[in-house]
Parts: sequence; C-alpha cells; structure tokens
Amino acid sequence: MSAITRANPLTAGRLPRWANLAVFAAAAVVFGVGLGLTAAAERAEFPVPAFVITTVLGYLVLLVVLSRVVEGPRRAKDRLMRNLVVAAFLLALTPLISLIVTVVGRGAARFDITFFTESMRNVTGEGGGVLHAVVGTLEITAAATLISVPIGLLTAIYLVEYGRGWLARAITFFVDVMTGIPSIVAGLFAFSLFLLLFGPGSRMGLSGAVALSILMIPVVVRSSEEMLKLVPRDLREASYALGVPKWRTILKVVIPTAIAGISTGVMLAIARVIGETAPLLITAGFTQSMNYDLTDGDMMSLPVFVYNSYISQGVDAQAYIDRAWAGALTLILIVMLLNLLARLVAKIFAPKLGR
Amino acid sequence: MSATTNGSTDAALRGRRLGDAVFAGMSRWAGALILIVLAAVAIFLIAQALPALIQGTDEGESFLAYVLPLAFGTVWAAALALAMAIPVAIGIALFISHYAPRRLAAGLGYIIDLLAAVPSVVFGLWGIQVLAPATVPLADWLTANAGWIPLFAGPASGTGRTMLTVAIVLAVMILPIMTAMCREVFLQTPRLNEEAALALGATQWEMITMSVLPYGRPGIVSAAMLGLGRALGETMAVAMVLSPATVISFALVTTQNPATIASNIALNFPEAHGLGVNTLIATGLVLFVITLAVNALARWYVNRRTVG
Repeated sequence: MSAITRANPLTAGRLPRWANLAVFAAAAVVFGVGLGLTAAAERAEFPVPAFVITTVLGYLVLLVVLSRVVEGPRRAKDRLMRNLVVAAFLLALTPLISLIVTVVGRGAARFDITFFTESMRNVTGEGGGVLHAVVGTLEITAAATLISVPIGLLTAIYLVEYGRGWLARAITFFVDVMTGIPSIVAGLFAFSLFLLLFGPGSRMGLSGAVALSILMIPVVVRSSEEMLKLVPRDLREASYALGVPKWRTILKVVIPTAIAGISTGVMLAIARVIGETAPLLITAGFTQSMNYDLTDGDMMSLPVFVYNSYISQGVDAQAYIDRAWAGALTLILIVMLLNLLARLVAKIFAPKLGR
Repeated sequence: MSATTNGSTDAALRGRRLGDAVFAGMSRWAGALILIVLAAVAIFLIAQALPALIQGTDEGESFLAYVLPLAFGTVWAAALALAMAIPVAIGIALFISHYAPRRLAAGLGYIIDLLAAVPSVVFGLWGIQVLAPATVPLADWLTANAGWIPLFAGPASGTGRTMLTVAIVLAVMILPIMTAMCREVFLQTPRLNEEAALALGATQWEMITMSVLPYGRPGIVSAAMLGLGRALGETMAVAMVLSPATVISFALVTTQNPATIASNIALNFPEAHGLGVNTLIATGLVLFVITLAVNALARWYVNRRTVG
C-alpha cells in the first residue's frame, strides 16, 4: 500500500489499514519490555494484568493522538469509539470464558459415575453424589411446569383471543409486575402459603414447585402471547368461514400453528427456573437422602446442592468443593441442553407461512 | 386444517355454544387466577410481616433500624452493578448491531446470551472462588494509591469478598438481558435516518450519536431499569460472595460491607424461627416494594415516550 507514490485523493489524510495493528503491537512491545524490566529489577513475577491494562490504554491514547494529527478530530473520535465498542465486547467475553473454563476444569474432577448414581446419605468425606438432587430438581421443575403451562397458556389465549376491557388490561399489567418479582420473594410467598395450609415446619418439594411457577407463569404468558399474535388472521377467518366454532378454531388451527414457538417459550422458561436457588432453599429445604415424594419432607435440588456443598463444607473441605463444582457443571449442562433443544424445536417445527 | 362441523343442526349449535362458553370461561379464569395469586402474594407477605413490623425484631430493635442498612446495601450494590453494566451493554449492543460483520452478528449475540443461561448459584461459586481472589491485588492497589477517595478507603479485604466483587458479578449477570434489549432497539433504528447521516458525511460514530442513540434512548432506559430490577432481587451470588456486616458504608474494598435484603434472607432463613421468620419476610416485603417501584418507573418512562 505504502508503495503508491501518487497520493490517492480518497485515501489521503487517512491512516493505512494496518495502523491499528501496528500501534497495538508497538504499545504491547513498549509496555511489555518496560514492565518486564521493572519486574526483573525487583525480581518479581511478570505482572500480566498490569501489562494488559497499560497496553490497551497506551494503544488507545497513541492511536487517538496519531489519528488526530493525520485524520483530524472527528475521525479520531470515530476511531476511539470503534475501539471502545470492540473492547466492551471483549471485556464481556472475559468472564464468560473464565467461567466456562473454571466450571469445566474444576467440575471434571468429580464428574463420574458415582456422582450420578449415589446420594449424599452417610457421606462425610470423599465420594457421594447428586442423585437425590437431580431427582429433586427434575420432580420440582416438572411439577412447576405442570402448574404454569396450563395457566400461562390459557391466560395467553384469553389475552389474544378473548381479552377486551378492564380484565385484559389488568392481567397484562400484572403479568408485567409478576415478571419483576424477585425469586426470593416468590419463595417467601410459597413458604407463607404452605405455612398457612400445613402448619409450621412444612418444607416440601411441592412448595418449591409453587414458588417456581410464580416465576414461570409470566414468562410462559409473555412468550405464548407473542406466538399466538403471530398466527395470521386469515387462518382464523378461513376456519370461521367453514363454520368451525371459536374454541375448536383455537384448539385445531391457532395452537397447532403456534405450537413450535410456544414450546420454545416453555423450554426457555424451564431453563430459567431450573437454576433458581433462593426460592428452593427457603421452600424445599435441603437433605442428604433420596426423597421421591413431592408432598413429604425436605427435598434437595441441584442448585441448592451446589450452594450447600460450598457453604457448609465438612471435614474434608476439598471433597465438598469438588462436588460443588461438579454440580455446577451438571447444572450448566442441563440449562444449555434445554436452550439448545428450545432453539432446535423452534427451527425444525417453525410453521412455513411464507411462500 | 382438519376441523369440520356437521353443519348447523340444533345439537351442533348447542354443543358449539357450550364449548365456546366452557373454553372462554376457562381462559378467563386462568387470567383471573394470576390476579388472585398476585393479590395472595401481597396479602400473605403483609400478614406474615405484620408481627415484625409492629413488635420489631428478636433483639428488640425497631424493624426500620434493622432493614435500613439492608435496603441501603441492596440499592447500593445494584446501582454499582448498573453503573458498570450500562456502558458495556451499550457497547456490546452497538458492536453486534452496527460494527460486527453481518454474518458474525447473530452468532456473537448468541454467545452473550449464553451468559444468561448460567444459573446464579454458579455465578456465586465463580465469584467467590475465582473473581474474589483476583480482585485482591486491585483492592490493595486502590487502597494504597486512591485511598483518599472515600470509595476506596482502606483497609483492603484480604479475601476479596467485597462490595466491588459483588458489583462486578451482578454486572456480569445483568449484562445479557440489557444487551439483548439494547440490541433490539438499535436494530430497529430507521435505516433512512442512518443513511441520511452517513450521506451528509458523518463518521460512523457521529451517525450513531445522531440517529441510533436518540432513537434507542427509551429502550436503553427500560433495559437499565430491567437490569436494575434483576440486580436488586439477585440473591445467591451476593449471599455467597459478600462478607456481610450491618453497616451503611460506601467503601468498596473493605471487610465491612452492607448486606443486601435478598442475601440476608437466604443466609438466615434456614435457621430462623419465631419472630425471626416474620422479620425476614418483612424485609422481603420491602424488597418487593423496591423492585415494584423500579419496574413501575421504567414502564411509566417508556409509556410516556411512546405516547408523547
């Protein structure tokens, strides 16, 4: 590029394309050597965070100064903001990568057969597993889904197909309010409800399911509502024109058309609540033994298992921490799987409406 | 579809009316049930909270004195997280909507969404085991070199279980939802506005400040409010990371950190009994009111914008 002798009027007064890289390399070399020498002089380790921070800052300052001289203030600002935007993205990737690397790295230590085939009953040191927690999570989440999907879906149908007047407006408003309920408050509600119904000390899986469905219902309503609204009016009217009553139209035409989107929404809602810890900690409690009965006694769940393993470490602390990480890995895998499945369902079963 | 009827015989008509009535009734009741449940949430919480509100806590202090440091901690942590998350979220959203190559944009958006799929307890575990130790040198440096600013007053915590760490974890947790919302509004900027700006010779950043950001401002505000609501109610990450104390303090890197309402409930509820339970439920009620106010404010702002 620089070999061109006659100045191109369109590129004159602009930094060449490789300027960013060159400036970055220069900053990295300068600060790398500088910090390296200081560290060597003090016989300290090479300070990596300081190196990264100074290099990025030096790069930005140098680039802006250079650009201001060659290209003028407006382009300098444009360049600065472009780099800041990219930096923001990279900054957000750092915790994500760090998190995934740690969870996989530390979780792998106990991610074995024993972990998934045993409970924590009578385990004080190494060994033990999460079977009781996995069973609890699956049962509680399934119960929460069974409660929320019918209510959520019917509400969405009401809002889209029937809803007029104050009731519909009130429901829309309060579903919004419900979206904002902190999960721990949902837990407190379920706790007080069951306290009232069954007397004190009644911690059970069902109570956790109620708490989770408080969090799940608004998500299901919102997503189903969006999906039902997408069903074209023509389809409904064609059905009415054939003399099909409204309820059969909804059941046989509207819902089948929207079912892919609805199931995606439900799966995303499940993925959201399956990782909830706080409400289950309050309502379902924790135990070290298997418990298959939703209506009888404390029930462990995966998130609570992770929390509990970390908070109350036993004699052999490392074993507890390893189990916590393995539990975290299991939890992340379940949530990712649900997300993937949801996307897959949306893609495969999406209605082919366009021509 | 396969739906057919037998024409309009009397029986079929009656069946149709009955079916419609049943179905409409069911869906209406499902909607009404949501209102009832929400009313129940409010009533039950108030009923359980009343003893504590009237009598005060176990230790005999008034409820207000008990809840004030917690409420302060909740708002302070959430505000810090929001302050960190807003610029980054806007940056990421702009990157995905306007800077990244078209082909990559959707994939990059999905990567950020992955963060939303991480359960909060995992964030807590990561925060305490990875992030907290990593912030210790930073905290030492800040107290040594910027200790004259009240925010960074010493002595620095040796474990990293500080407000700073909590705020970073919360910021990471609310990033995905805020990014997703900002991205949506940025993508909806009228194409003609953008092209007009560019055609007048604006640089890309000038185009963004002139057309994208003004157009997206209501979206940014509601994204911020949504993020704030999430951060206020976040429990486990705070409960696991923060080393709590009952103080009202703005200092970020010391061992004396104000606890948040949610984390206080999670830490104390399993062992609570008697009036303690009522006190914790009453603090939950306060949290409910705070988040409700934030969400209502957000909705009011957005509605005012779209109507006006």
